[in-house]
Amino acid sequence: MGGTPTIQYVIHIESYVSSSSSEAQQAASVDAIAVLLKNDLLSLETLVREMEMYLTTTDNIIRSRGILLLGELLMRLMSKPLDDTAISSLIEFFTERLADWKALHGALVGCLALLRRKTGTGMINRSQAKAVAESYLKTLQVQSLGQQDRKLCLQILECLLDRYRDALFALGDDLVYGICEAIDGEKDPQCLMLIFHIVELLAQLFPEASGPLENFAGDLFEILECYFPIHFTHPKSDDVDMKRGELSRALMLAFASTPLYEPLVIPLLLDKLSSSLPSAKVESLKYLSYCTLKYGGDRMEKYTKSLWSALKDALFTCPQSTLSEDSDPIDGLGFHESEIMTQALELLQVLVRQHNDSFLSLILGDGDISTFLNSFSQFDDFNSLSTQYKQRLHAVGHVLSVCIKASGSSCNKVFEGFFPRLVDALRLSVENSHGIVHSALDANFNFGALYLCVELLAACRRLVVSSDEVASAHDLARDSWCQILRSFCTSLCNVFFCLIRASCVESTWNAYVYAAVKGLEILATFPGSFISVSKLMYENILLTLTSIIESDFNKKFLWKAALKALVEISLFVNKYHEDEKAASFNSIVKQKIVSLISSDDLNMPQSVKLEAIFDIGLTGKSFMHSVVSELEKTISANLSEILVHGDRRLAGLTPGLLECYSNKVLPWFHGNGGADEVSLSFAINIFTKMENNSSLCLEAKGKELLGATMAAMKQAMTGCSVESQEKVLQKAIDLMETSSFFLSNDLILGTDLVNKKTQLGQTSEGLSCRDEWITSLFASVVIALRPQTHIPNIRLLLQLLVMTLLEGHIPSAQALGSLVNKLPLNISEDCSLEELIDTLFKNVMWRNISIGKEGNDGGAVAMSNPRLNNLNSHAVIGLAWIGKGLLMRGHEKLKDVTMTFLSCLVSNEDQGNLLPFNDQTKDPAEHKVLCLRKSAADAFHILMSDSDACLNRNYHAIVRPLYKQRFFNIMMPMFLSAIVKCDSSTSRCFLYQAFAHLVSETPLVAVVGDAKKVLPVLMDCFLILSKDLSHKEITYSVLIVLSGILTDKNGQEAVIENAPMVIRRLIELTSYPYVMVIRETAIQCLGAMSELPHARIFPMRTQVLQAITKALDDPKRVVRLEAGFNCIKEYSLLKARIAPTCKPGWDCVDKQACYYIHMLHPCKWGCQTWSFNFNMRKWSPEKGGRPRVFGSCSSINVLANGTSTQPINHSRLV
Amino acid sequence: MVSELINANPVVYEKKERRDRGGRAVLDEYAAEPIDQLEIFDHIRDIKDPEHPYSLEELKVITEDAVDVDDQRSYARVTFTPTVEHCSMATVIGLCLRVKLMRSLPSRYKVDIRVAPGSHATEAAVNKQLNDKERVAAALENPNLVDMVDECLAPSYA
Repeated sequence: MGGTPTIQYVIHIESYVSSSSSEAQQAASVDAIAVLLKNDLLSLETLVREMEMYLTTTDNIIRSRGILLLGELLMRLMSKPLDDTAISSLIEFFTERLADWKALHGALVGCLALLRRKTGTGMINRSQAKAVAESYLKTLQVQSLGQQDRKLCLQILECLLDRYRDALFALGDDLVYGICEAIDGEKDPQCLMLIFHIVELLAQLFPEASGPLENFAGDLFEILECYFPIHFTHPKSDDVDMKRGELSRALMLAFASTPLYEPLVIPLLLDKLSSSLPSAKVESLKYLSYCTLKYGGDRMEKYTKSLWSALKDALFTCPQSTLSEDSDPIDGLGFHESEIMTQALELLQVLVRQHNDSFLSLILGDGDISTFLNSFSQFDDFNSLSTQYKQRLHAVGHVLSVCIKASGSSCNKVFEGFFPRLVDALRLSVENSHGIVHSALDANFNFGALYLCVELLAACRRLVVSSDEVASAHDLARDSWCQILRSFCTSLCNVFFCLIRASCVESTWNAYVYAAVKGLEILATFPGSFISVSKLMYENILLTLTSIIESDFNKKFLWKAALKALVEISLFVNKYHEDEKAASFNSIVKQKIVSLISSDDLNMPQSVKLEAIFDIGLTGKSFMHSVVSELEKTISANLSEILVHGDRRLAGLTPGLLECYSNKVLPWFHGNGGADEVSLSFAINIFTKMENNSSLCLEAKGKELLGATMAAMKQAMTGCSVESQEKVLQKAIDLMETSSFFLSNDLILGTDLVNKKTQLGQTSEGLSCRDEWITSLFASVVIALRPQTHIPNIRLLLQLLVMTLLEGHIPSAQALGSLVNKLPLNISEDCSLEELIDTLFKNVMWRNISIGKEGNDGGAVAMSNPRLNNLNSHAVIGLAWIGKGLLMRGHEKLKDVTMTFLSCLVSNEDQGNLLPFNDQTKDPAEHKVLCLRKSAADAFHILMSDSDACLNRNYHAIVRPLYKQRFFNIMMPMFLSAIVKCDSSTSRCFLYQAFAHLVSETPLVAVVGDAKKVLPVLMDCFLILSKDLSHKEITYSVLIVLSGILTDKNGQEAVIENAPMVIRRLIELTSYPYVMVIRETAIQCLGAMSELPHARIFPMRTQVLQAITKALDDPKRVVRLEAGFNCIKEYSLLKARIAPTCKPGWDCVDKQACYYIHMLHPCKWGCQTWSFNFNMRKWSPEKGGRPRVFGSCSSINVLANGTSTQPINHSRLV
Repeated sequence: MVSELINANPVVYEKKERRDRGGRAVLDEYAAEPIDQLEIFDHIRDIKDPEHPYSLEELKVITEDAVDVDDQRSYARVTFTPTVEHCSMATVIGLCLRVKLMRSLPSRYKVDIRVAPGSHATEAAVNKQLNDKERVAAALENPNLVDMVDECLAPSYA
């Protein structure tokens, strides 16, 4: 360890101390020295000796840099053990330096670093800490320092208080006084945070009442007081990352730190509570809650009266609750609780708990609340109530609820005090409780009493539910409130029933209905030991609610409320396993609701039924299971009705059931477990149904039903495990073998199908109804298979699918695509995927109707060179789906498929006689070829687009990332060269179509990357595609791509290059007759183009303007508006050209005030232009800029009637 | 400054709700939607008053009923009511209306713009000035005037 480190550190010290080096250099120097010290390449002692000159020099700047360097180094060496001598000499040095105000910063940093050291690495001892504190108190004037130093000072103080209590305790009064001095008048949020914490720590240091703190409590509080409530006057201060909430909390802790503050804090808070500022109120209430808890009941006793009156003020006298705008209010009166309300209720709860009886008697004996309750009888009808009355009702309800929730005894008091009055107001009687509701009881109940009753009930229930200990619960059950409630419960129920019965057809919110349903729900969900409701009553409640669900679906609000109540009750039954109630619930609700599924009641809309069933089903697995089994039963019963007898009505209903099954029920099971069995049983069930019906008669609705069944089947299969899927698959294959299709074609397994092609082609034109069902369901199963599922007899399966595919059955094609997408590379020992795909291609390509040519020997023909005549369009679509499966997994065989399509597109067979595509050709063979080539173009759409029906992640497809981009990048050069080479206009047209499909489905990022190459082709696409009505959709997609390119920066460069061509095409599209959105989008694109460089766009200006002016007369309003908007933009282009050439000669009449324009009078000189009188002040052309223009009455009058008949300035514009 | 405004304290009325025309769902691609009163009113309602930050609609300078349109005969007439009788801004307002309609209506349209009868001191002069195409054309060649008009029109393109 020779000279090198020595030289190094000396250089570093010099660089740090020197005022010429930059901050970064200084930081690097500190780091370098710290590393040397850490690795023991340099000892601290040597360093200090070396630095002696810097630490003691009389030059203030150098000395302060030197001390700071030492401090910073100590900060970085916190975890390095140091011996006691080093520590003691260092702390002695820094303590002494605290007095050196010219070089203070370094001393503070050093002190803090030493004070913060942990045990084990060498700490300073008590006497040293005391010495620091004494020096601190004696020499430092904290508030006269800058923000950084103040913060350090406060941190030192905090650290001392936190870790060296014993040392500080002895300082007593001096310490408290010093702290008072140090923190007085602070404004910086970060320092304040420290100050609040210091005050809190101080209270912990002197906890006893008669300590030094007592003398200074008043002073300290005076300092803190002015910060309440925390409020930032300059919220956007730069480095203030302190949150208001944090500060407020720190201050609250400081306030509550010692009971000594109590006589000061509580009056202050009470005072601020009467402030008109809502935030001050909220803060005061929050502080009061906390401080009440901290100061304890004895100290707070004397404030109870004033606290209650303050609370009453906030809650009752001037309540802040606002009516909620939601359609679904959370509360019986439709109020949102304000923040003040919430905090006030919290405080109320704290107070009631703390002073139980005394506070309660304040509330119960309160004159205002009593008067309010006595005034009930004046207000009967809800609708006639004023908002203020409602707010008060709301407040009283909450206050009483809080009292009830506090404890059993307070609950008793409230019930004894208030319940009789409510009962009177509702005209209930104990005698009445056993009888049936008599008719005299009309539905006009006092709303206030009703509302409070329900609130009290809810509060009781919460009290019971929250006291979970059994013993206390039993105590509660013997309480008097329970007795009271029990005796009135029947008549209460009757009131609720009565209200529900009286409710009229309303879909909007109704306070009575809400209260009634809520009341019933609460009564039904009281835990058992408080049995306030007899079994009979309970069942009555359930019956009423269920019958609402069944019959009152027109009363929307009532229906929704009842459904919600049933859901709550169901949750309750599941949570508190009460056998008796559960049994009643099952027998009444469950059965009725579940039976809704199969009920023939046509009055109730199916969607409403399903909503009810599903919502209640959500509450429990057992319920859901019965829902599922009922659904399944109904679906299969319906299906057999429909399939055998052709029941039209059911055919209309069943798709809805199937949809509910696949969209709601099955996903629920996916999320909650148990999907496997449910799905399996559904799938097997459907297949069994099909097996049993050997003939089908289906009519118009058949397609919809089949679609829904397939969707349900797919959804069910996705949820199945591998084993279940294998079971279903086997079942499906068995069924497939019974199809007439299968039988008529007596397949010889494993042989080449080519030889059998002819007879098939001639027999059937499409599939029979039953075959279609069987095949579709089979295909659905295959589509949703997992990649791991083993597929028996794969060859047979493929052949079956190929056959149906060639009949034009799309799901079969999708199933094939899914198969090739998911099959493992080695299917079995004698069969690999490659081989399988080869056979598949062969079969698809050759096994179909020949159009006259014959004599091809199948396998010998290379894939990339097919004879077109041997393909039909079904085969092409099939190939497209297979290709999609391959594309998504990134299989190289895809190349064969795409080459087939490409060669279809550019085939030269129509050379010589160029056929316009939409001409009806006489020759059917040629027509067929054209159809085929059209399908080949459309195949690119299938390849690229995302499908909901198959091959997505839902159906376990293998998806390679970015496969679309990759495919686009491979295909684009091929297309470009094909287009260049192509010399037949028909082929070119097809090529453009295919290219348009490719581009419009590719993610925009990929297209924009190649924008320069793509753009010219896109323009040609427009040229060709826009001529034909049948291409309108693809034209629109390409236009969307163009607009995407226009908004991208790279894309814009390409557009600028081709600007004239792009504009020409867009102009053509603005008059595209078939689709409005195309015209609209084209105009938007033109608008976007006006922002491109002026030089490129300007030459086209006139043409654009003409086109847009024409578009102003478009038959569609949207297009006209768009044109009107863009027209202006083009105008602004125009203006930019004219303005510089036109410089009016200003005459400055008066270079003060402002500039006015007046143009009422025709020019005196008789010229044809308008004349202008300028009165120019404060603005002169020499200064440049633009004058502000506005009219002015007086100036005009002066000018109009003015003494001078001459216009002040006559400028004629040329 | 306030004393210098022509109408220092205009009455501001409430805006009417914009009527929805059934959204973008166009049932018949080829059905023509003729230009009607509301469409023209929609074009001009948001034009800003030259001396106040309110729209012409808010000041009731124009109303929907003050627009007459006959799409078949390609004719439109807008009648506006200046807030005060001696309002010298009437011509500026009229010019704004004309420019806006020129830019938003097809060229086949003949547009008449006039001050409501009896609402202005120099009614005839203003009407004559506003419907003289030469004078309008000349006015639009004055960059300051065009700036002013554009400023008034700016909100109606939002």
